[in-house]
Amino acid sequence: MFPFLRIGPFLVQMPGLALLAGLWVSTTLIEKEALHLKLKPAAILNMIFYGLFGGLIGARLIYAVQHLSIYLSNPLSLFSLNTSTLDPGGGIIVGAIITYLFGRRQNLPLRPTLDALAPGLAVFMIAVGVANILSGNAYGSPTHLPWAIPLWGEYRHPTQVYETVAAMAIFILWKTTSTESPGSGLGFLQVVAFSASARIFLEAFREDSSIWPGGFREAQVIGLIILAVTIYLTKTWGNAALATSH
Amino acid sequence: MKFQTNISPLNSNRLITILTMMLILGAVWTVVSRVPEPSSQQSGPPPNPKEGFTAPDFTLDLLDGGQLTLSELRGHPVVLNLWASWCLPCRSEMPAIERVHQRYKDEGLIVVGLNLTSQDSESDARAFVQELGLTFPIVLDRDGSVSVRYQLLGLPTTYFIDQSGIIRSVVVGGPMSEATIQSNVENLLQEK
Repeated sequence: MFPFLRIGPFLVQMPGLALLAGLWVSTTLIEKEALHLKLKPAAILNMIFYGLFGGLIGARLIYAVQHLSIYLSNPLSLFSLNTSTLDPGGGIIVGAIITYLFGRRQNLPLRPTLDALAPGLAVFMIAVGVANILSGNAYGSPTHLPWAIPLWGEYRHPTQVYETVAAMAIFILWKTTSTESPGSGLGFLQVVAFSASARIFLEAFREDSSIWPGGFREAQVIGLIILAVTIYLTKTWGNAALATSH
Repeated sequence: MKFQTNISPLNSNRLITILTMMLILGAVWTVVSRVPEPSSQQSGPPPNPKEGFTAPDFTLDLLDGGQLTLSELRGHPVVLNLWASWCLPCRSEMPAIERVHQRYKDEGLIVVGLNLTSQDSESDARAFVQELGLTFPIVLDRDGSVSVRYQLLGLPTTYFIDQSGIIRSVVVGGPMSEATIQSNVENLLQEK
């Protein structure tokens, strides 16, 4: 765990730095894949930028809506750099909508564009794992297994390492199979489906899960829904790819 | 737009078969790995200066005399702000913390200012409190043991602690805007 690096009077957040590095590698790979798929890399990178920026604004606005009276009396607080006043779920939804609308406006074809995004998503998931290793977030439940790590006062499952290794495996899998059906959208679906599967399996070893009634872990239930949707899309898009290849 | 694809029914069907198996196994795993209902005798999370854990306990002298023990504030949401008189962001955010204290104290909120006296001086801390007109309790960490226990990385640092003594949010650095403090406090009060 190495959450902060002090440089003079500044406190650098190492997990944030890992995510930024991940974003840089992701966009580089996306650019390369876009060229390979004969798409316009600039349009795709702009779409990512607008999606991220829109997601950030959306996360703050949705948080502000939840505390409307406070922000109406302090509107300048909307521009605060504090990350504790963001709504991550809302940010992801707003960012996804903006990304989709921007892509449509730029006439980017859906399935090839998603395939171009696939390596970036896979690499960014590795960066998320590394960021969690650095911050100690997404920590595991206590265990006496030989590979347990001391964290937050107990020996725990190294869930951050599990998720990083799983994300690396998913990236390698994408790398070895991405040439099978370029532009069909199946590469992207594969990354999403295996990431969801990894989350469903690994979430059980975490201590900090959000729990739904009945003791169900939120991330596992959402992972199952995502997995079911990707199976449906794999069938539909796989048939479409077969039809065009014959 | 068309691409040269090497896809075969086998590839597509194989992927669907693997994913379907994962879906079935995942559904079973989700049910098997459900979190059991906590028993009434189960203690809370261990003490750690992190969200989701119990705030490490301390008993410290108050600036105005007497002592304050954090665990005795259970039943109230607590804002614990670590500061020093020489810290400029601490000075900038303190008026907002005082206003939030005034606004929510009748709803049960307790604000505690923890001065890092080991890196400050009691007289400077007192002058700081008088200058800014702070009315919430100020405790003195004379030997620095509490800041060590809280693994302090920078000043100011603020912990938003719920009525069960569990840390719900940590803000490292500052100054915090009044909206940041207020919204975090309202989240705590909504859980009451």
